[in-house]
Amino acid sequence: MAENEVIKGCKAVLIGGSTGSIDVLLSLLPALRSPLPYALIIVLHRKNTADSNLANLFALKTSISLVEVDDKDPIVPGNIYLAPADYHLLLEQDGTFSLDDSEKINYSRPSIDVTFESAADVYGPSLLGILLSGANADGTNGLKAIKKAGGYIAVQQPESAQVGFMPRQAMLTMPVDYVLDVSEMITLLT
Amino acid sequence: MIEEDEIDLLLNDLYELHGYDFTHYSRASLKRRINRLWALDKFPSFAELRYRVKSDTDYIKRFVEELTVNVTEMFRDPQFYKTLRTEVLPTLSAKPFIRIWHAGCSTGEEVFSMAILLREARLLHKSLLYATDLNPEVLEAARKGIFALAPMKQYSENYIHSGGTADFSSYYTAQYSRVKFREELAEKMVFSTHNLVSDGSFNEFDLILCRNVLIYFDKALQERVLTLFDESLGPLSYLALGAKETLKFSTIQAKFKQVDSEKIWRKMK
Ligand SMILES: C[S@@+](CC[C@H](N)C(=O)[O-])C[C@H]1O[C@@H](n2cnc3c(N)ncnc32)[C@H](O)[C@@H]1O
Repeated sequence: MAENEVIKGCKAVLIGGSTGSIDVLLSLLPALRSPLPYALIIVLHRKNTADSNLANLFALKTSISLVEVDDKDPIVPGNIYLAPADYHLLLEQDGTFSLDDSEKINYSRPSIDVTFESAADVYGPSLLGILLSGANADGTNGLKAIKKAGGYIAVQQPESAQVGFMPRQAMLTMPVDYVLDVSEMITLLT
Repeated sequence: MIEEDEIDLLLNDLYELHGYDFTHYSRASLKRRINRLWALDKFPSFAELRYRVKSDTDYIKRFVEELTVNVTEMFRDPQFYKTLRTEVLPTLSAKPFIRIWHAGCSTGEEVFSMAILLREARLLHKSLLYATDLNPEVLEAARKGIFALAPMKQYSENYIHSGGTADFSSYYTAQYSRVKFREELAEKMVFSTHNLVSDGSFNEFDLILCRNVLIYFDKALQERVLTLFDESLGPLSYLALGAKETLKFSTIQAKFKQVDSEKIWRKMK
């Protein structure tokens, strides 16, 4: 399917990242144009001591509304959402987020797998999941769930990533639909 | 992986046979908890999981314990505790008596943190800390005041960030891999089971803490519980929630005013 068709069918785009992915988002966010036809949901590994600074940093890079999620916030297309530190971010069938402070998964809370799997449950095929740079195996199972539900999956091209382990891990596990550097990612998302 | 209709069946069994009502818990989280238990306890099929839940009362205990999330720590979100120290406790200090309710206290780390704050503000002697949870197992642990030694370094840092100036380790004695907190901290604590889904108000409080419990409930159950808190709070008393919980979807919001940018609200009417 042509790439612009992909994004047309998407109700939500999920981006998961770990070490080296903040820079990717700092390049990506300014390129996004309002109104976004989808809800953009970002899950990043970060130190649990981090406060709302990351959301503020990202918000400066875009004119689109970007918020760190509060429990039960509605998921609205056109908005950008950031998973809060130290909680898993889940999606509910009624179109709201919920949070969960259960055990870390892949040494991570938020875990990318948790959000991606939960989104696959709710959005099925109308979903695009993108996995960025990182030194962790988180995200692979999440992409698998999205693929199984009929959605599209993409990874940052490992050579262009600061740490290629995370996208490479996904590519070793399953065929992915797109392997993209940052400028190709922007093209896909806009 | 469990299907939606299978979750309904299980929740119905739990309610009919054991009186626990999880039907208004956040579904996505509940589903993960059930899948986790299914894998941990190696059930070959949903039918076998369901049979065990229906027929084995010991297993039911485990099931309910593991369905809920008990993760907690001392001085979690140090800035929150700092605001309690600087903004909340001073306004309560003139009261002849201070009643505090920790709803969903888990293994008690939050309650002991509060006792330390009260002691340092010289208010502990006239305070009473009611600590409740759905799960009798965690309350049993909380009552003992014994915690693992390993996280104490982190807790000590949290304590310092919350504005604590004493030597944190003076509050406990370490034995092997565990620590026991000083008896005097526990003297004003009352532990008891209380189910926020089905039990009512049991006193009037100056401060209610219910942190990281509402995230597990859907909006309808959150509304019930917040109304219960509203009924249990006197004039100018406080309600404290977890870092990502809010009153913004609740009808009680109109009566409350947020303190600073923390998840603490004061009842104005
Ligand atoms: C994640 S812990 C929060 C502990 C502590 N308040 C904190 O923030 O660190 C959630 C607690 O809520 C309790 N809980 C869950 N459902 C409950 C209910 N219906 N009534 C009372 N407590 C409940 C669980 O047993 C668990 O101990």
